[in-house]
Amino acid sequence: MNMSKIVRSAANLLFPFILVFGFYIVLHGHLTPGGGFQGGAVIATGFVLMFVAYSYDFITGRIGAESLHTTETIGLVLFIVTALVAIVFGVTFFTNWMLDVGPVLNNPVAFGPNPGDLNTAGFIPVMNLAVGIEVLGALSVIVLYMLSGTKEEI
Amino acid sequence: MMQELLLQNLPALLLAVPMLGAFVTPLIGRASGGARNLWAVAVMLATLAVAVLLTAQVLSSGTVVYTFGAAAPDLTVPADSGGIPIRIIFAVDAMGAFMALAASLVGLGVMLYSLASATRSTGQNGYYALLLLLVVGILGMVCTGDMFNFFVFLEINSLAGAALVASRVDKGVAVEAGLKYAVLSTLGGLLVLFAIALLYGQYGALNIAVIASRMLFTPLDQIALVMLLVALAMKAGAVPMHFWTPDAYSMAPSSITALLVVASQASLYGVFRVVFTLYGLTLDYATIGWIIIILGVLSMFVGVTMAIPQKDVKRLMAYHAVSQTGYMLLGVGVGLAVLGNQQLLDTYGVIAMEGGIFHIINHAMYKGLLFLTAGAIFYRTGTRNLNQLGGLGHSMKWTMVFFIIGALAIAGIPPFNGFASKLMIYESVFLFNPLLAIIAMVVSILTLASFVKVFHSIFMGPRLPEYADVREVPAPMIIGMALLSLLVILFGVFPQEVVDLLITPAAGALIDQGGYIASVLGGA
Amino acid sequence: MFFNLPFIVAALLVILGITTMLIKRNLIKMIMGLALVEAGVNLLLVSIGYRAGGIAPIFTSAPDGVMVMPTVQAMTLTNIVIGIATTALLLSFVMVIYRMYGTANAEKVRKLRG
Repeated sequence: MNMSKIVRSAANLLFPFILVFGFYIVLHGHLTPGGGFQGGAVIATGFVLMFVAYSYDFITGRIGAESLHTTETIGLVLFIVTALVAIVFGVTFFTNWMLDVGPVLNNPVAFGPNPGDLNTAGFIPVMNLAVGIEVLGALSVIVLYMLSGTKEEI
Repeated sequence: MMQELLLQNLPALLLAVPMLGAFVTPLIGRASGGARNLWAVAVMLATLAVAVLLTAQVLSSGTVVYTFGAAAPDLTVPADSGGIPIRIIFAVDAMGAFMALAASLVGLGVMLYSLASATRSTGQNGYYALLLLLVVGILGMVCTGDMFNFFVFLEINSLAGAALVASRVDKGVAVEAGLKYAVLSTLGGLLVLFAIALLYGQYGALNIAVIASRMLFTPLDQIALVMLLVALAMKAGAVPMHFWTPDAYSMAPSSITALLVVASQASLYGVFRVVFTLYGLTLDYATIGWIIIILGVLSMFVGVTMAIPQKDVKRLMAYHAVSQTGYMLLGVGVGLAVLGNQQLLDTYGVIAMEGGIFHIINHAMYKGLLFLTAGAIFYRTGTRNLNQLGGLGHSMKWTMVFFIIGALAIAGIPPFNGFASKLMIYESVFLFNPLLAIIAMVVSILTLASFVKVFHSIFMGPRLPEYADVREVPAPMIIGMALLSLLVILFGVFPQEVVDLLITPAAGALIDQGGYIASVLGGA
Repeated sequence: MFFNLPFIVAALLVILGITTMLIKRNLIKMIMGLALVEAGVNLLLVSIGYRAGGIAPIFTSAPDGVMVMPTVQAMTLTNIVIGIATTALLLSFVMVIYRMYGTANAEKVRKLRG
């Protein structure tokens, strides 16, 4: 069952901002408080907002549990593969191997107060991104399935 | 080069392989079910291979230490940290390697068996992924050298286990069992975390070796010890915290039950690790030893007496699992009770511990086998009620043979593996306290009686009309059961070789607290 | 006494949570009790890491003085994440039970006995 037009319009308006804010938290995970899990949870709240505003059938017609599952799996695989690659470089599992390879994500951190540089911290931003898309997929899937469980009663 | 990298990173690969396998499984499963099954079996085989290599490495060169996120695996203490290991460290000694080997062997049997037994259920992608995650949880618990890491793997173990218990909804009854298991496991996990917080507050470290080297056994440590023991004994299914076992074991799919047995034994390993390595000689080992012995005797006796009147074959086996856990607690408890006395330790303490530890792997094999045969019977007849079953010996010959092997092994009849470990327990416990040994033997006889009854009511008698078209189960299930039976017989025929190769180093590793600390902290 | 207050509150929360789990009949309320236990453990962890007058543990041009301990904070975050997964799983179980049995009363959800 769709909610009223006001709720739907407000949800439409807010949804992109929630996404942007969530991804901001994910991408700045190595600079500011927050990180993959927190940002992913924020993004998932955006999806939950859509689930609440629109009917179950409308949502599953557009997003679908399958694609959310895929998002989740991609996040998990990205995480574990990033950790595994370290072994190839002769260091141990979960070592920050990107710190020594190439210019990507490898700037030295400036000393003292500074606005922050995204291009630092080796593979930590990659890990944050992986966790972020994993959490957004997983939490949305949980809510979607719980919604499908209550579908008949509503 | 490649080979060297692999050998260097075995402890990490032991977890990374099944974890990656679990995460990729749903992706492959969406493309094709057959490919996913192949992938899951290949991942399990690879895990077993890593476990075998790791065990070989541990047995040849002592405790393997692996530091996550460091430049080299053995850089446990960073140069600028002031002598404290700040990273997560895996410390795999002979005991851990032994448990990892047992877990991956049963895991492989279960995986093969699942190929056929899971075909009828929906959601197989999730099933295989969770199965692999459960294996990850078990392997992580037995390999880690870090208390908090232990907690995390305990939770992975509980969550994956609970989801699998509930996976066959069964009009909600399986979900009820899963809910019970999940609530108790979570509460246990939180108690463990509470204890870890108490330890961290005092010693400022999470590494087991560091805490052990600083252990003072203050009142707070005693509270932490009680919490750890209660939570882990509950997860291991020891009386009086055993009430979840029959529910969870009987309602889970049989393949999962076989693995849940190993999962509870990982918690049993946690008990031993906490008592021997974390606290060691600082605690009042005679008192704690006797507490563990009493828990063990109670588990043995209550388990078997509850098992005899059961009508549901898997519930019956679940109570026997509680009873067999008692033997392990008894054996290791006797070893703990005489820990400070080198002479008594040499006379019978070590043998009792070896018996208890040997019983862990034996139990995992024959109990896993028995649950798989129960699953095979359920697969063909659709019932687990002993009063309705009968005459299956005519049509399910292989299952009957495997059941006989498992039943004789659990009752401690030679030449099966249960006899070997029980004999070690009887002999050594008799020297410690004859009464305990007699109780253990009586329980064994009751176990035999119970399984004779089960065997009679399932397989004997005339062919029943309602099971006229029952056939033998599909080949993958037979292969899974055959793998475990082969191990049961092998371990029973060559017990001395197994004990010399695996068990003696494992018992030695548990006793040798100083060696464990030194291998992590380096020469301390 | 004042500095012990967080520990006392943490222990109280745990005891309250366990009591809730024991005396409440509704499965959802039992899970809420479990969440209380988790909150108590989290509070204990964070208060162990607290240092009076401590600053955030960021080393770049940090002023002199004590810092609060970051390890326990990381542990708390991990436990919160695990707690979310557990709670979601438990609530899904309760939902299935409610649909199958038509009740979430722990006294009536008892098909497993013996």
